[in-house]
Amino acid sequence: MNELRVFIADDEAPARARLKELLADIGGELATTVVGESASGLEVIDRLPGSQAQVLLLDIQMPGIGGIELARHLCVLENAPAIIFVTAHDRHAVEAFELNALDYLVKPVRAERLTAALKKALSAAPAGHDHVARLARAATGAREFFSIAERNRIVLVPVGEILFLKAELKYVTLRTSAGEHLIEEPLVSIEREFADRFVRVHRNCLVARAAIRGFERIAGGGEEDPHWSVVLEGTPERLPVSRRQWPVVKGVLPDGKE
Amino acid sequence: MPSIRQNSYPEALPDFRNLGVTARALIAVNLLALVAALLAEPDWNAMLDAYVMQAARFEPPLVASLVLLYALTPWLLRFSYWSGCVLIVAVVLVFTAATHVVLGGFAAAGLVRSLVLAASTAAVVLVYLRLHTKAYSPALAEARLQALQARIRPHFLFNSLNAVLSLIRRDPQRAERTLEDLADLFRALMADGRNLVRLADEISLIERYAAIEQLRLGERLRMSWDLDSAPVDALLPALVLQPLLENAVYHGVEPGTGIGDVLVRIERRGDRVLVRIENPWLEPGPGTRAGNHMALDNIRERLMLFFDDEARLESRVEGARYRVDIEIPYRSRA
Repeated sequence: MNELRVFIADDEAPARARLKELLADIGGELATTVVGESASGLEVIDRLPGSQAQVLLLDIQMPGIGGIELARHLCVLENAPAIIFVTAHDRHAVEAFELNALDYLVKPVRAERLTAALKKALSAAPAGHDHVARLARAATGAREFFSIAERNRIVLVPVGEILFLKAELKYVTLRTSAGEHLIEEPLVSIEREFADRFVRVHRNCLVARAAIRGFERIAGGGEEDPHWSVVLEGTPERLPVSRRQWPVVKGVLPDGKE
Repeated sequence: MPSIRQNSYPEALPDFRNLGVTARALIAVNLLALVAALLAEPDWNAMLDAYVMQAARFEPPLVASLVLLYALTPWLLRFSYWSGCVLIVAVVLVFTAATHVVLGGFAAAGLVRSLVLAASTAAVVLVYLRLHTKAYSPALAEARLQALQARIRPHFLFNSLNAVLSLIRRDPQRAERTLEDLADLFRALMADGRNLVRLADEISLIERYAAIEQLRLGERLRMSWDLDSAPVDALLPALVLQPLLENAVYHGVEPGTGIGDVLVRIERRGDRVLVRIENPWLEPGPGTRAGNHMALDNIRERLMLFFDDEARLESRVEGARYRVDIEIPYRSRA
């Protein structure tokens, strides 16, 4: 008989031990095997993809990266596990009504509730866009990371490291001082989520406010019109500012230097 | 049992050993004199002259009375409120009469006039101090106290219960000890918060609390205790230290990804008791928790209820550490 592969993520060791005990207890009714466990969100990102887990028991309150944001990033995996949230009390459920629609256990967890949640996870369809949208609505703030699925691996890029985002055809390029990543997300929704972090300088480009060092006037010539461009910290690249965005962008530098 | 309730309206005489009371009496009397001068003289300069003239007459008995009342405080507190008030007015009258005799011809007003003025001023100050006590009376603060006690984070309760559940099979003895610690903690939380407790009891409470957190967080929580010179017989309002330690763990250790060092240091310096609780300061960001300073404000308020202006509570970020300092006067049951 096939055992259900479960991954446990909780920052408290006793809580993980308790879940393992319960999984062993319900073994007669529902056979499971624990294929991995992690004490922090970033560890989950590292270990879960290779574990072939079918179900993730995920604590909502974890250091570094919270359970809800973590779940959003895991959804990009090709074989994303079904996620069952576990939390110490339901204030989060009240705050994030959408979460109620997802599977949800309160600590201390009862064996029957755990069995029911696992069975539901077994029969449920793999996480779809509907699921991702619900998670996005359940999140109380902007993400701290962008996630990129690479083969069977997730790369997290901290939002704070991004210098600019540029839309090109179907993809958006994230540029950090270390390199480039491609994500599939409309620039408009990124602009909305991170309004206080990025400013639009051009129809196809958002720039990190904190990275702006100044502006340069480009004289133009040939087919190019004279225009302003943004000078950024951490990259020699200059990004053109559209005439339409210039009034907004030039106000970003507090002392108005150019 | 000493309790904040003993200070409650209307039985409590002002405590003249308290800096706040003394300062209020001084300021009130001088303000009254200023107002009197303002009423008597139409001209600003003349008004100031009148005030200075008066000051020569009322400051000596005022200061002398406050000094004597400071000395008499333990004796004075044995009397009922009203007899105490009579005694206080008597002290003021004696010093006023003495000043009158010493200054002799300098004083324009007659002796009786001075005595009536002194007695009414003393009465006004006593009424003011009584209103002040009433305004901060524990009866009014009680609701807030109860609110604070109900405030232990559900997060902590459920996680602790969960941790105990995980121990029952593996380590039944430790599970028992943890449940006992939890029971003690909740007994203290549900006790009458107006009572004063010995520092020794409060310390054992936070040690139990720390033991539970230790079980949950394991090596992520590294407690260091510096209690060797803690005055264990000092009295303080119940549940002042536990919420601070809970804050330290909740904000400084749990959201962090590394090891969190938490320091508790309690010492006596002269007639002051100094408490310091320190935890790592985590830059606001992923996973950190927003604080609302409710616990700090509440504790400050409770310290003030009992120690008035002689207690101090400060919190600040220093380098990578968040630090709360409390200073209270050393008082023991003896």
